[in-house]
Amino acid sequence: MEQSRLQAGMSIDGFRLEERLHQGSMASLWRVVPADGGPPLVMKVPSLHQEDDPAAIVGFEVEQMILPTLSGIHVPRLVASGDFSKQPYLVMELVPGESLRPRFDRAPLPAEEVASIGARVAAALHDLHGQHVIHLDVKPSNIMFRSTGEVVLIDYGLARHDHLPDLLAEQFRIPMGTAPYMSPEQIRRTRSDPRSDLFALGVMLYHLLTDARPFGNPGSVRGLRRRLYRDPVPPRARNPDCPPWLQEVILRCLEVDPAQRYQTAAQVVFDLQHSDQVALTERSRRLRRDGIVKVMRRWMKTLATEGELANSVVGRLAKAPIVLVAIDVAQGSAGLDRGLRVAARRVFESEPGARLACVTVLRTSRLAVAAPPTVDAEGRNLRVTRLVELKHWARPLDIAPGRVTYHVLESADPARAIIEFATSNKVDQIVIGARGSSPLRRYLGSVSSQVVAEADCTVTVVKAPS
Amino acid sequence: MRMALLADVHANLEAFRACLEHAREQRVDRYAFLGDLVGYGADPAPVVEWVMHSVAQGSVAVLGNHDQAVALGPSASMTAEASQAVKWTRSQLAASQLAFLGALPMTVEQGSCLYVHANAWDPAGWEYLTSGQDVGRSLAATRCRQTFCGHVHRPALYHLSPAGTVSHFDPVAGTGIPLGSRRRWLVIAGSVGQPRDGLPAASYATFDDQGDVLTFFRVPYDTAEAARKVRAAGLPEALGRRLEAGV
Ligand SMILES: Nc1ncnc2c1ncn2[C@@H]1O[C@H](COP(=O)(O)OP(=O)(O)O)[C@@H](O)[C@H]1O
Ligand SMILES: [Mg+2]
Repeated sequence: MEQSRLQAGMSIDGFRLEERLHQGSMASLWRVVPADGGPPLVMKVPSLHQEDDPAAIVGFEVEQMILPTLSGIHVPRLVASGDFSKQPYLVMELVPGESLRPRFDRAPLPAEEVASIGARVAAALHDLHGQHVIHLDVKPSNIMFRSTGEVVLIDYGLARHDHLPDLLAEQFRIPMGTAPYMSPEQIRRTRSDPRSDLFALGVMLYHLLTDARPFGNPGSVRGLRRRLYRDPVPPRARNPDCPPWLQEVILRCLEVDPAQRYQTAAQVVFDLQHSDQVALTERSRRLRRDGIVKVMRRWMKTLATEGELANSVVGRLAKAPIVLVAIDVAQGSAGLDRGLRVAARRVFESEPGARLACVTVLRTSRLAVAAPPTVDAEGRNLRVTRLVELKHWARPLDIAPGRVTYHVLESADPARAIIEFATSNKVDQIVIGARGSSPLRRYLGSVSSQVVAEADCTVTVVKAPS
Repeated sequence: MRMALLADVHANLEAFRACLEHAREQRVDRYAFLGDLVGYGADPAPVVEWVMHSVAQGSVAVLGNHDQAVALGPSASMTAEASQAVKWTRSQLAASQLAFLGALPMTVEQGSCLYVHANAWDPAGWEYLTSGQDVGRSLAATRCRQTFCGHVHRPALYHLSPAGTVSHFDPVAGTGIPLGSRRRWLVIAGSVGQPRDGLPAASYATFDDQGDVLTFFRVPYDTAEAARKVRAAGLPEALGRRLEAGV
């Protein structure tokens, strides 16, 4: 009733309503302009049918509570907030362009495009989780893009902030979310697991790749519960162009048990950006669904177990860090290599969900105008040589294949290359060696001190005993 | 305006000082003392003196059960430990300080805020708020949107939705919580001088009426010194020991 009174041309608290952008059951969205000028913005106004839909109003309260705590490029910038005592509204930055919704009309999309969308959504989710917030309604219409390509996550009406009261939890006894995307634990009414967002991401990627929904669009709680025991048709069975690595990533996101999924969104970003390094398991090979016996066994199990209690959001991220160890396999010394291994092991083994990315930089000449050398004096392919050396370095660590990756970067500026890799792969900690005062260091400058100075994460510098 | 909410100081000067200093850094404008300034701890006189001064300058203070007992003399229903502490405390306070305690109001109402030590339905009955049901009863007894209280010695936040459900929230220190206007809220600030949730650090909260933002804080202080003073004063050994464990 409230928003039926809203019309273009009206003014609310100094914002002139220009055009209704969207009318949903929960809220209407308007393009507005500030009376004192400035670029157009978006105003979200809740539907105030108290009797028929209290969830709409509580959802708006939740969004009003959570949005002001968020910052960064992956959330819409909040401009103003109107209180319930007068006219409730949120005014935020207008993210131009369309949501991810229309892209689904073009499904099936090529694997590369699906992976690129997935990596960008996962990067945004990782940022959100780092701010103590779980979205819990990840779906195409809640995903927008900046002109630079980064994902903006909108609509915090079902979100959960780890350090704020959950206004939704106690009031509603039914599962909350959007049916096709809801994770098994959400169906069991757990609202505190960031890995729920990774499940929804898996549903979206599945849909984009196959033009089908992995669990349909059920309309009842009973229908929702099917996904607790019935596995989806493997994407490769629906789209033969789906590479095994992408099926591996998607099915891993769709695991019923959150512990079997990726543990952080950063790990999803990592795999989608390094498809050649995805550890392929039986998941990647599946071409049909599980047989009836297996499904029945899982169904029996769902009757016995109900969701575990999750840890704090940021606590979860801390349990599954991505650790980058930078090894100069070409110029390193045996002592330093050993020291790096000891330090890497210490960092890596302290957290059960940690991943190790072993990185070396193939230094190209700053002066080279032509392509950098790709073969050494004996004519061996340098990249391959470095890769072999990296793997040799890591062998004594004896890490399971899914938890370690190897990367040969090429750059004239090794420190920059390491920092950029760390940033784009959401690395939590860098372990790097310092060469001490060798002539080489005096000549080349210190890579480690530049990394310490410029990296965005924790850096551990290892020195070899002299 | 930003208000510091300080409950159950219980004559613990070390904890009190640490919280006041912390509150100053938070640029607090005013203080609300939510009862039980004295009892248990070794420094009733300096604590009461400070609060008398602060109230003269506009701070809020309400009566707690220990304040009442000290002002009137111990009651029959008290534990032996508590009654021993009350007698000792009376001996430490000047007549003017005892009179100040005796004259404290049961409740103070300012704008949309109610300040009370134990609960709103019967402030002088000192019943504890231990469940959502108790909290619902207290919120039903006031028209104020926010109730600030102490008595329980564990920080907690409750909210009552328009639909009538009371929910509990276990606060995280240092995160500002906007107390939205669609609900009614009950805040238990925890205890400055004798926290009982297993964390020895002093507990208090601030409330900023700009955006109605509530923030809980935990402030570490010298528990060993506070405990030593309790022993030196000849007060029961257990009263010192519990400070170091926060129980
Ligand atoms: N900040 C924004 N900039 C541009 N478009 C937006 C913005 N916020 C929402 N929209 C558009 O409005 C639609 C609905 O917004 P949303 O917040 O998801 O409301 P609802 O709760 O009704 O789903 C989105 O799918 C998007 O198309
Ligand atoms: Mg939406």
